[in-house]
Amino acid sequence: MVSPDIVVIGAGVIGAACAEALSAAGARVTVLDRGAPASGTTAAGEGNVLVSDKAPGPELELAQASRKLWPELLAALAEELGPELADAEWEPKGGLVVATGDESAAPLRDFAGAQRAAGVRADPVTAAEAGALEPHLTKAITAAVHYPEDAQLQPVLAATALLAAVRARGGEVRSGVRAIGIEADAGGAFKAVLTDRGAIACAAVVNACGPWAGAFAADAGAPIAVLPRRGMVLVTAPLPYTVRHKVYDADYVGAVASGDADLQTSTVVESTGTGTILIGSSRQRVGFEERFEVRVLAELARKAQRLFPILARVPVMRAYGGFRPYAPDHLPIIGADPRVPGLWHATGHEGAGIGLAAATGRMIADLYAEKETAVDASPFRVDRPAVIEEVAA
Amino acid sequence: MRVRVDGEVCEAEEGQTVAGVLLAAGRNSWRSTRRGGRPRGVFCGIGVCFDCLVVVNGVPDVRACQRRVEPDDEIRTQHGAELPS
Amino acid sequence: MSRTVVSSIVVIGAGPAGLAATRAAADTGADVTLIDAAPKLGGQYHRQDARTGDERFALPAGVQHLRESVVWAIEPIDGGHRAHVRTGPADSPDRTGTSIDAAALVLATGAYDRALPFPGWDLPGVFTAGAAQALAKGQGVAVGSRVLVAGTGPFLLPVASSLVGVGAEVVAILEANAAVRGWLSNPFGALAGAGKAGELAAYAATLVRHRIPYRARRAVIEAHGADRVEAVTTARLDADWSPLPGSEKTMEVDAVAVGFGFTPQLELAVSARCELRDGFVVVDAAQATSVPGVFAAGELTGIGGATLSAAEGAVAGAAAARHVGAEVRPPLQAMRRIRSGRRFAAALGEAYPVRPGWRTWLRDDTLVCRCEEVDYAALRGARNDRDATGSRSLKLVSRAGLGLCQGRVCGANVAELSGIDDPAAFAGRPMAVPLRLCELAGADPEATPEIEPGVKV
Ligand SMILES: Cc1cc2nc3c(=O)[nH]c(=O)nc-3n(C[C@H](O)[C@H](O)[C@H](O)COP(=O)(O)OP(=O)(O)OC[C@H]3O[C@@H](n4cnc5c(N)ncnc54)[C@H](O)[C@@H]3O)c2cc1C
Ligand SMILES: Cc1cc2nc3c(=O)[nH]c(=O)nc-3n(C[C@H](O)[C@H](O)[C@H](O)COP(=O)(O)OP(=O)(O)OC[C@H]3O[C@@H](n4cnc5c(N)ncnc54)[C@H](O)[C@@H]3O)c2cc1C
Ligand code: FES
Repeated sequence: MVSPDIVVIGAGVIGAACAEALSAAGARVTVLDRGAPASGTTAAGEGNVLVSDKAPGPELELAQASRKLWPELLAALAEELGPELADAEWEPKGGLVVATGDESAAPLRDFAGAQRAAGVRADPVTAAEAGALEPHLTKAITAAVHYPEDAQLQPVLAATALLAAVRARGGEVRSGVRAIGIEADAGGAFKAVLTDRGAIACAAVVNACGPWAGAFAADAGAPIAVLPRRGMVLVTAPLPYTVRHKVYDADYVGAVASGDADLQTSTVVESTGTGTILIGSSRQRVGFEERFEVRVLAELARKAQRLFPILARVPVMRAYGGFRPYAPDHLPIIGADPRVPGLWHATGHEGAGIGLAAATGRMIADLYAEKETAVDASPFRVDRPAVIEEVAA
Repeated sequence: MRVRVDGEVCEAEEGQTVAGVLLAAGRNSWRSTRRGGRPRGVFCGIGVCFDCLVVVNGVPDVRACQRRVEPDDEIRTQHGAELPS
Repeated sequence: MSRTVVSSIVVIGAGPAGLAATRAAADTGADVTLIDAAPKLGGQYHRQDARTGDERFALPAGVQHLRESVVWAIEPIDGGHRAHVRTGPADSPDRTGTSIDAAALVLATGAYDRALPFPGWDLPGVFTAGAAQALAKGQGVAVGSRVLVAGTGPFLLPVASSLVGVGAEVVAILEANAAVRGWLSNPFGALAGAGKAGELAAYAATLVRHRIPYRARRAVIEAHGADRVEAVTTARLDADWSPLPGSEKTMEVDAVAVGFGFTPQLELAVSARCELRDGFVVVDAAQATSVPGVFAAGELTGIGGATLSAAEGAVAGAAAARHVGAEVRPPLQAMRRIRSGRRFAAALGEAYPVRPGWRTWLRDDTLVCRCEEVDYAALRGARNDRDATGSRSLKLVSRAGLGLCQGRVCGANVAELSGIDDPAAFAGRPMAVPLRLCELAGADPEATPEIEPGVKV
C-alpha cells in the first residue's frame, strides 16, 4: 500500500472538510476515526451556518468566507459525485433574530449595526414584518433583525459527502482506528502517526479530534487547550411547515460569547428537511459528563414555547446532546504546531464548527501548500497564549 | 357513552381505547403517512410503534391503542403531520 | 408544574415482574410506589379486560399505585434516582407531572414484539402477535375475521387461542423454526418449564378443537392488498430462513399477526446507565444492575416468560428493600425458580432464534423503518455510499430510527441489516416517551428534597 501524504485524525465535519480540501489540492489523504465517521460532535450539531450570531472580528470573517464557500463546495461535490451522494440538505433560508424584552432590544440593534459595518446583511424589521416572515411567531417582540445570509445544512450528510469525495479521489477513510501519538526520526523530523492498529508513515498529521483534540495533542507531545462545552437539543415530532427561518432569541448572542459554567440556554428554533423542529440549545461546562438533566430540557422548552406559542402542544420526541470543542479564548485553532514539525491542528470551533468547516478546510489546505489564505489565518494560529499556555492540568 | 369519529356519532364503552372503538367499528386504518400518504392503523397494539396516531379533541399524534375514550371525544383521521388546533 | 414526592422504593412496570417486586418489597415494611402506564395492573401476561370496572390484583396495604402514569425520564440524584412521571390520558397535553425521588428503583418495563420486515408488512391488517393478543384480551376485539398467525416461538399459541376466543377464524399458525417439540423434549427445559408445558398443552387442545393447522418452517414472506391486507404469500424456509423456491402459497386473509420473539424495553435502564450485554440488562443474583440502587427484573434481563419474570421480581423487590435498610430474609425459593427458569429460557432461545435468512425476504422498496418510510435500498445506500457505519450516523443519513417510535420497531433489524453488532445500538432514549412541549416546559420540580433511605414506620 502507498503511504498517504497526510493523515487526518477525526472524521467529524472538520476532519472531513480538511481531508476534502487537501485531497482537492492533490494530496493523498487518509482519514482515521476511533469510531464511525461523522458520529461524534458532528452528529449532535444542529447544522446552522450562521453569520448572525458573530460579532465583528476574526471568527465573523471566517464565518463569512465559509458561508460563501459551502454552496460552492456542495455544488462542486454534486458535479463530482452526483447530486444524491453530495446532498446535504443545504437551505439558504435566512435567520430572524428577535428581542422579546425591553433590555435586549437596543443591544440587538447595536449588534446588527456593527455587523452591517463589517459587511453582514442585517436588516432591521418591524414587528409586523417579522410576523409576515414568521406567521406563528409570538407577537410580543421588541426588536427584530433579518439575516438573509444565514443558512442550514445537515451536518452528517455534509461530512459524509465530503468523505465520499475523499474516497472518490483515492483517499481512504478508516473507522475504528485510534491515533495514540506520533513518531519522529532521529533528527526530529516527522515520520509517522501511531495508532492502536500500527504506525502509518506520512508527511504530516492533522489533529481534527474535536473536543478530544487536547488529548491527542498531548499524546503527540504538543498540548493545546481544548475543552468540552455540553449542549442539548430537543427534537419535535415531524410537523407541517411551521417555522420558516432560523429564529432565535437575541439572548443567543450573549450566551455564545460567555464562558460561564452555569447553565445557559438561548433559544434557536428551526425546521429541518424532514419536518421536525430543532430546539437548541444549552451551554454548560460540565466536562464530558453525558448525564442529561431535565431542568435543561425544561428551560429549552419554556423558551421555545415563548417564541412560538403554537408549539406548546406538539410532541417532543427526542433530546440529544454533544460537546462543543472550545479554546479558552473562544476562537478556532487552525494551523501548524510550531513545536512539533508535521503536526497540524484544526479544532476548537465550539458551537460553529458546522458552519466554519468549509473555510477551515480551505485554510488548512492553503497553509499546507504555503499559499496565501483567503482569510487572515493569524488569529487562529496554534501558538497563541490562550491555547498553549493555559493547558488544563 | 358517545364519541364522534370523523364527524359521525359512535357508541363506545368505558375502558375502551380509541383503537378498540375504531376496530370494533370495522376500521383498520385511520392515519395516512407523511411521505407516501399510505394508510396505517394499529401495528404493535401496546404503545411502542406510534403507527396508530389519531387526532383527539384537536390534538394530533395521539396513540389510539393507548388512549382511553372519554365521553364526547372528537376523534378524527390524521393526515400526515398535523399541528394542534 | 411538577411536584416532587419521596418514596423509598419505586417500581416501574406492573407486569408479573413489577407486581412481584412490589409485593416482596412491601412485605418487608418498606414504602413502595408502583408506576405503570396502563390503567390496570398485570402488564402483558396478565392483561385485564379494560372494559370492566373491577381490578383483579390486590396490592399490599400502603403501596402507592400510580396508574396511567408513564415514567418519561430518570435522573441520578444524591442517594438515589428521580423518576419523572406524567399521569393522565395517554399523549394528552393535560397530564399532571410528578417527580419521585427514590432510594431504590426496580425497573420492570418488560418487552415488546420483534417484528421482521417483509414486502407489504406496512399494510393495515398486518399486526404484531402481541397486538392481536392485547386487543383480544384488553378490548375484546379480533384484529380480523380470517387471521394468519406467523413468526416463531411458543407465544404464537396463546395468540391463536385468544383470537379464537374473540371469534376470529385462525387459518393457520406458521412457525419459522423447526417443530415445537424441540424444547419440550429438552430435559432441562421440560423440567424447568413444567408449568408452562401444561399451559401450552391447553393451547394445543384449542388448536385441535378448532382444526387450526400448525406448520413448521414456514413464514409469511409477503402481504398483498391495495389499502389493507387481502392475501399473503407464505413459503417454506430452509434452515437459515431463506424461502425455498417453488414452495410459495397464497392465502386469502384479512389480518396477519406476526411475532419473532421479544425486544426488551430498555430506555429507562439505559438512562440509568445500567450495563447491558447482548441487548439485555446485566444483573447479579440479587437482580442488582451495575448501578447501585437500581434493580431490574422480568423480560428486561432476558426473555423467559411470566413465571421467570415474577420470580425475578420477587428477588428484586427483596433486594431493593434491603438496599433501603429493611430486614429481609433471602428469597431462596424465588432464587431457585430463577435458576430453573433461566435454563428454560435458554432452551427456548435456542429453539426459537431469529435466523439471518429473513433478510432475503426484503426487496429494495420494502420499508425497514415504518415511521420515516425508509426502504431497504435507502438503508443500504446510507451504509455503502455514505459510509454510515455507526448507529448515530446511520440514523442521520438514512433517517431510519428517527421517527416517533425512535427505533423501537426498526432498531434491531436495522442494526442487523447494517452489520452493527449490538442489538441495543438504538435503545438509548433519554426521553423514554414523547412529551408535549408544554409538559416539558413545566417538568422540572421546584424543590429537591433530601432522601432519607430507610423504612417508613
Ligand atoms: C448541541 C450542539 C449544537 C450545535 N449546533 C451547531 C450549529 O448549529 N452550527 C454549527 O456550526 N455548529 C454547531 N455545533 C458545533 C459543532 O457540532 C462542532 O463545532 C463540530 O461538529 C465539531 O466538529 P469536529 O469535526 O471538530 O468534531 P467531531 O465531530 O467531534 O469529530 C471529532 C472526531 O474525532 C474522533 N477522535 C477523537 N479522538 C480520536 C483519536 N485519538 N483517534 C481517532 N479519532 C479520534 C472522534 O471519534 C470524532 O469522530 C453544535 C454543537 C452541539 C453540541
Ligand atoms: C403485547 C404482548 C402480549 C403478551 N402476551 C403474553 C401472553 O398472553 N402470554 C405469555 O405467556 N406471554 C405474553 N407476553 C410475553 C410477556 O413479555 C411476558 O410473559 C410477561 O408479561 C413479561 O413480564 P414483565 O413483568 O417482564 O413485563 P410486562 O408484562 O411487559 O410489563 C411491563 C409493564 O411495564 C410498563 N411500562 C413499561 N415502560 C414504562 C414506563 N416508561 N412508564 C410506566 N410504565 C411502563 C408497561 O405498561 C407494562 O405494564 C406478551 C408480550 C407482549 C409484548
Ligand atoms: S399500535 Fe403501536 S403505538 Fe399504537
